[in-house]
Amino acid sequence: MSEKLLIAKSEPLWNTDKKIISLISGLVILLFALPHFGLNSFYLHLMIMIFMHAVMAQSWNVIAGFSGQISLGHGAFFGIGAYATSFFYVQYGVSPWISIFFGMIFSGISAVLIGIPMLRLSGHYFAIATLLIGISFQVVFQRWDLVGAASGLWVPMTSGDSWLALQFHTSKMPYYYVFLVFFLITFYLVWILSRSKLGFRLRAVRDDPQAALSLCINVSNYKIIAYVISAMIMAPMGSLFAQYILIIDPDRVFNIEISIIVLLITVLGGIGNVWGPLIGAAILIPISEYSRIYLGGTGGAVDLILYGLILMLICVFRPDGLISLVPKNILERKKQR
Amino acid sequence: MKILSVENLSRAFGGIKANNNISFEVEEGTILGVIGPNGAGKSTLFDLITGYTKADAGKVKFFDKDIFGLTPDKISNLGIGRTFQKLKPFADQTLLENVMIGSFVKEGNIKKARDKALEIIDFVDLIEKRHHFARELSTGQRKRLEMARAMAIEPKLLLMDEVTGGVDQKTIPGLVELIKKLKKSGVTIVTIEHNINIIMEISDNILALDQGERIAYGTPKEIQNNKQVVDSYLGTFDAA
Repeated sequence: MSEKLLIAKSEPLWNTDKKIISLISGLVILLFALPHFGLNSFYLHLMIMIFMHAVMAQSWNVIAGFSGQISLGHGAFFGIGAYATSFFYVQYGVSPWISIFFGMIFSGISAVLIGIPMLRLSGHYFAIATLLIGISFQVVFQRWDLVGAASGLWVPMTSGDSWLALQFHTSKMPYYYVFLVFFLITFYLVWILSRSKLGFRLRAVRDDPQAALSLCINVSNYKIIAYVISAMIMAPMGSLFAQYILIIDPDRVFNIEISIIVLLITVLGGIGNVWGPLIGAAILIPISEYSRIYLGGTGGAVDLILYGLILMLICVFRPDGLISLVPKNILERKKQR
Repeated sequence: MKILSVENLSRAFGGIKANNNISFEVEEGTILGVIGPNGAGKSTLFDLITGYTKADAGKVKFFDKDIFGLTPDKISNLGIGRTFQKLKPFADQTLLENVMIGSFVKEGNIKKARDKALEIIDFVDLIEKRHHFARELSTGQRKRLEMARAMAIEPKLLLMDEVTGGVDQKTIPGLVELIKKLKKSGVTIVTIEHNINIIMEISDNILALDQGERIAYGTPKEIQNNKQVVDSYLGTFDAA
């Protein structure tokens, strides 16, 4: 065995900088401590929206960034999650903590059913098909009486704060922690995924499906696996969002805007990178919330114009997203010497 | 023992017979060279054997197993590796990651998969480039990357499409040595090659194709003296 080979084998598997690990740990501690620094309700809401959108964008990142399939209908899984918790609570009084898993399972099953025919389509065709699937979910739920049709579902309010029913009326702080924990768990799991055998195989499928086939990788199956994982990450955010606002209807939780914003966030932050969705959400969500405050009811449209502008700038100057501003060797496994 | 038996393999694209009734066999542990002018159907033959293109008719057997009609991932899983004429590295991943995707086939543990990938990268003499992105490598290095990646799935049979094509003269001897080293390690090889000196040097047998037809099959010596091969492909070989 040559000396160079021995040296190579003695290298750590991942060249993650210690500074980065300390930075992340510090950030996590800070996020847990943050509400105690007297954040008012608006800032708590802002942080909750950042956590939620970071996870939603991460979901999109798994299918688009890792396996290379552009989905334009990802809002469907958000809506399924929202309806799963609300419906089972309204009808049967099932705790959202349980029905969150129902939402994940329904989303996963839907992803398999959609994925098997759709993922045979490649590139633009898959994107267009998912766009229409996303819209069709909205239309179906608008007409589905069992789940309240167009007027949606009103989750009966508990008399006080209830962890069991996942409802908090006096402060947003419990919601903050619930979203924070889901955010941390999701990012941790996706980070693990990106470094696993599965992560390697998904990137192979993304980069060159033909070459992946020659390495015993069943490309269609792996695309479906990515789609299912992605859907199952999205659903809990729908569930938690429904518990957060307590009134859901098809226009809100199956809105096409959801499918678009997760794409914008991921592309802005850095597609295919685990940290991209967080960076994108931390920048886009405040813009959206502030523009709504300062520009009143019409702010909603202005933030879309801003998004468009930002997206254009990113495409021209930083196609790999803002994460590409950070030297690669600091974040991940790249060149060591 | 026969590792690969191809019988009357045919495929037409519209009116063009890309492969017409091709038959040959490969003995385990040997190198079969495939030669022929551009458009002879060499790469199509590889695509038919590995399942990338569906054959219209014929039989393909890997050892005793009928692999005709199987999908490429299933065929590679049986132990048939391949490289591509138009290189297909995972460009945005490092050399090590490229090879690890291959070594994960037989090795689930990430550390072991990494170490095995490193050994193969060392075998193809690129150990110093392990952390380079595939897109940063030269054509010759990318050919080695593809060989390493294919080797990582521990194939019994390796199909290599123009290993020395498109690389500079200085790089060629190293690649040839690599093929010989690979054969020594026990891998059976079928290689498409335009460089006649190389094919004569490394092959145990040669299959000559022209316009989708098999025009000759035999030892390098027999091929060299085959009139049809000389006329359609080798041309000035005797003079050279």
